[in-house]
Amino acid sequence: MAKVTIDGHTVEVPDGTTILQAARAIGGEVAPPTMCYHSKLKTSGGYCRTCIVKVSKGSDKDPRPMPKLVASCRTAVMDGMEVQNNTSPEVLDARKGVVEFLLMNHPLDCPICDQAGECHLQDLGYDNGGEKTRFDFERRTFERKDIGDKIQLHMNRCILCYRCVKVADQLCDGRVHGVMNRGDVSEISTYIENAIDNDFSGNMIDVCPVGALTDKTFRFKSRVWFTKPMDAHRDCKKCSGKVTLWDKGDEVLRVTGRKDQWGENEEWICNDCRFEHKKSSDWVIEGPRKIDRHSVISANHYMKLGVPHYKKLEK
Amino acid sequence: MGKKLLIQDDKVPGIHTLEVYRQRGGYASVEKAVKTMTPEAIVEEVKKSGLRGRGGAGFPTGMKWSFLAKPEGVARYLVCNADESEPGTFKDRYLMEKIPHLLIEGMITSSFALGAKTSYIYIRGEYFYVARILEAAIDEAYAAGYLGKNILGTDYSLDLYVQVGAGAYICGEETALLESLEGKRGNPRIKPPFPAIAGLYGCPTVVNNVETIAAVVPIINMGGDEYAKIGVGKSTGTKLISASGHINNPGVYEIELGLPVEEFIYSNEYCGGIWKNKKMKAVVAGGSSVPILPTDLILKTAKGEPRLMSYESLSDGGFVSGSMLGSGGFIVYDEDTSIPMNLYTFNRFYHHESCGQCSPCREGTGWMEKIAHRIVEGHGKPTDVDLLWDIQKRIEGNTICPLGDAAAWPVASAIRHFRHEFEALIPKTAVAH
Ligand SMILES: Cc1cc2nc3c(=O)[nH]c(=O)nc-3n(C[C@H](O)[C@H](O)[C@H](O)COP(=O)(O)O)c2cc1C
Ligand code: SF4
Ligand code: SF4
Ligand code: FES
Repeated sequence: MAKVTIDGHTVEVPDGTTILQAARAIGGEVAPPTMCYHSKLKTSGGYCRTCIVKVSKGSDKDPRPMPKLVASCRTAVMDGMEVQNNTSPEVLDARKGVVEFLLMNHPLDCPICDQAGECHLQDLGYDNGGEKTRFDFERRTFERKDIGDKIQLHMNRCILCYRCVKVADQLCDGRVHGVMNRGDVSEISTYIENAIDNDFSGNMIDVCPVGALTDKTFRFKSRVWFTKPMDAHRDCKKCSGKVTLWDKGDEVLRVTGRKDQWGENEEWICNDCRFEHKKSSDWVIEGPRKIDRHSVISANHYMKLGVPHYKKLEK
Repeated sequence: MGKKLLIQDDKVPGIHTLEVYRQRGGYASVEKAVKTMTPEAIVEEVKKSGLRGRGGAGFPTGMKWSFLAKPEGVARYLVCNADESEPGTFKDRYLMEKIPHLLIEGMITSSFALGAKTSYIYIRGEYFYVARILEAAIDEAYAAGYLGKNILGTDYSLDLYVQVGAGAYICGEETALLESLEGKRGNPRIKPPFPAIAGLYGCPTVVNNVETIAAVVPIINMGGDEYAKIGVGKSTGTKLISASGHINNPGVYEIELGLPVEEFIYSNEYCGGIWKNKKMKAVVAGGSSVPILPTDLILKTAKGEPRLMSYESLSDGGFVSGSMLGSGGFIVYDEDTSIPMNLYTFNRFYHHESCGQCSPCREGTGWMEKIAHRIVEGHGKPTDVDLLWDIQKRIEGNTICPLGDAAAWPVASAIRHFRHEFEALIPKTAVAH
C-alpha cells in the first residue's frame, strides 16, 4: 500500500495505483479532469494532457519533486508522494493552455452538436478554459463520414483522444479502425472507409468524449437535456443487457451503456441492445438513472462566466 | 590534427569492401570479443570508456547497457538507430556510406556484449541506397563467418537485418522506432516501461545511434581506459560533426571532443571560416532542436571562457546562454541570415513531423508555424512575439516524447537572443487585438 497526499487530502491505495485513481478515490474537485483516459480501456490515457498535476514530493524514499508536470492518468503513486492539482497555479495555468490547444481547431458548433450537454470538452472548457482563444487562423476542416450505417464521424470535432481506436482494438476483432496521417492533419478512419461491422462497435460512441462519433439513430432527435435517462435491462446473449435508455414521453430515443460518475462506461453493450431495441416493451425498466457527472447544463456553469446579464438573473 | 578513430580511412579506395576493410585492421574487435572476452567484460570496457550516446541525448552507453533486463528464456535485442532525420545532421549517413563494415562490426561486438541473437539496423527511408550498401556488406560478413551461425567457430550466433523506414522524423525517437519496426504506426510509446525492460516485441532492448555503435569498435580494440584519455572531462573520445551553412568547407568532420569552437569554425582543417568573407551571426550547434546561439555566446561562454566542442561546454549556462552538443549537426549562419526566416523553416519541419498524439505538440507546432509565417511575410501582429513565446512554453515539458521540447527550444532561443529581428518585421502600423 502507498500513502499519497493530493491537494492536502491523504489516501492509502494499493501499489501501482495511478495518481488519477488515487485522486478519484478522494473524490470531488481533487480529481483532475480527463479526456483521453477511460478506466475500461487498457493503455488509454497520456495523450490529451488535461490531467496533468505537479508532484511536489516524489516519495518518502526519494522526496525530490518531479521536474515536469506529469499526466496523472499514467503516473503511478509512490509511498509518501505529495501531489498538487487545484492548489498549484502552475498546473491550472498549464491546463488552461491545454484547453486552448484542444479548442483551437474545434468548430464550437455546440448548438447543432448532439453531444452538447454531455460533452466532456464543453465541461472542460467551462471549468478550465480561458474566456477566448488567441488562435486567429482558419480552423482545419474535414468531410463528415459514415462509419457503417449507425455511426457518424464528424472529424472536425475530434480531439484525437484515441479512445475509439482502443475500443476497435480491444473489443472488435479484425482491426480496421485507426488513425491516418500525422500531426494536426491526423484523422480517425476505417480501413478504406470500411464499415466497422462488429457487435461491439457502438461503444465507440459512448467513449467519444466529444461529438465526433454520434449515434445516427439518435441524430437531431432531441437535445439530451430534454430526455429522461432510465436504467433498464433485457436478457441478452451477447452482453450484460444493462443499459441506460434515454426517453422522451413513451419513446426510447437512444440506448447507451451505463456510465459512472466520471462519465466512463461501467460495462460494454452490444449493438443489438443499442440500435435494435428502441421500444419500451423491449426492456425491463429499473428506474431513473442518476447522472452523477456534472455537466455544463445541469450545473449552470455559464453563471460563472461573469456576464452581467446572467448575474442579474441569478438573484 | 586531432585523433581519428572512426572515419580515418574514409578516403581509402575500396574501404566499403570487406577485403580492404580487413586489410586496414577491420573486424579485430569481433575476433577479440567473441574469442577472448566475456559479454560482461565488454560492457565493463564500454563503461570505462565514458562513451556517451551520439544520437542526441548523450546518455552514458555503458550505463544504458547495464540497465538491460536479462530474464531467463526471453530474447534480447540490439537496435541501431539509423533514422538520422534531424535537420543539419548527416554524419551517420557518411559513416554508413563510406565504411559500412564499421557499423556492422560494432553491431556484432555490441550484440555479443548484450546477448542479442537478432539485431536490427533501422534506417530512414530516404537512405534506401545506403541500405543497399549495408546489405551488400552484411552479405559479405555472413560469407566470411562474422555473422550467422557459430561466429568465427565460437558458439555465438547472430542474425543482422536492415529495416528501411518510411521517412518520418518521429521514427528516430526510440520507442516510435520500435513501433515502426514492429510494423505499426510510428507513435512514441508512453514511458515507463523503458525499452531496457520492454522494448521490441515487449522484450528487453537497447537502442543506440549508428556512431555510438561504431565507437564500440575502437573502444574494444584499444581498451576503455585508453579511449577515456581522448577528449575532455566527461566528453570522452571523438565525435562526428556534420557542418553546414554559410561556411567555406561544409562536410563531416571527426573531432576530438574538447576542440575549441572557434578553431572548428575558422581552421582550414575544418569549416574554413565563413563564406564570402562575411561575418558570422549565429550557430545551431547540435541539430535543429538545440538552442541557437549568437556569435559571442557560441565562441565564449557567458563567463568569458572559450566554448569547446564538448557536452559540458556547449551546455554551459543552461538555456539562458548555452546550448547542447546534441547530434552534432553544426549549422553556421552568416550576418545576412534572417533568424525569423530560419525559425519559420524549423517550425514548418516540426509541424510536419509531429505524430499528433499529444495535444500541445499536435496543435502547438502548427500554430507556431502559422504565426512565424505571418511574421516573416510582414503581417505580424504586435502581440505575436509574446504569443510565440507563450505557446512554446506550454508545449515544453508537457508531451509524451521530446519532439515537443525539440519544437519549443528553437523558438525560445530565437526570441531570447534575436527578439529585435522579429520585432523589426512587425509593421509599425499594426494594432494590437
Ligand atoms: C523526435 C526524435 C528524433 C530522434 N531521432 C534520432 C535519430 O535519427 N537518430 C538517433 O540516433 N537518435 C534519435 N533520437 C534519439 C533516440 O530517441 C535515442 O535517444 C537514441 O537513439 C539513443 O541512442 P544513443 O544513446 O546511442 O544516442 C531522436 C529522438 C527524438 C525525440
Ligand atoms: S473520434 Fe472521439 S473517441 Fe475517437 S479519437 Fe476522436 S474524440 Fe476520441
Ligand atoms: S510530443 Fe509530438 S511527436 Fe512526441 S508523442 Fe507527442 S505529438 Fe507525438
Ligand atoms: S486524461 Fe491523462 S493525459 Fe488525457
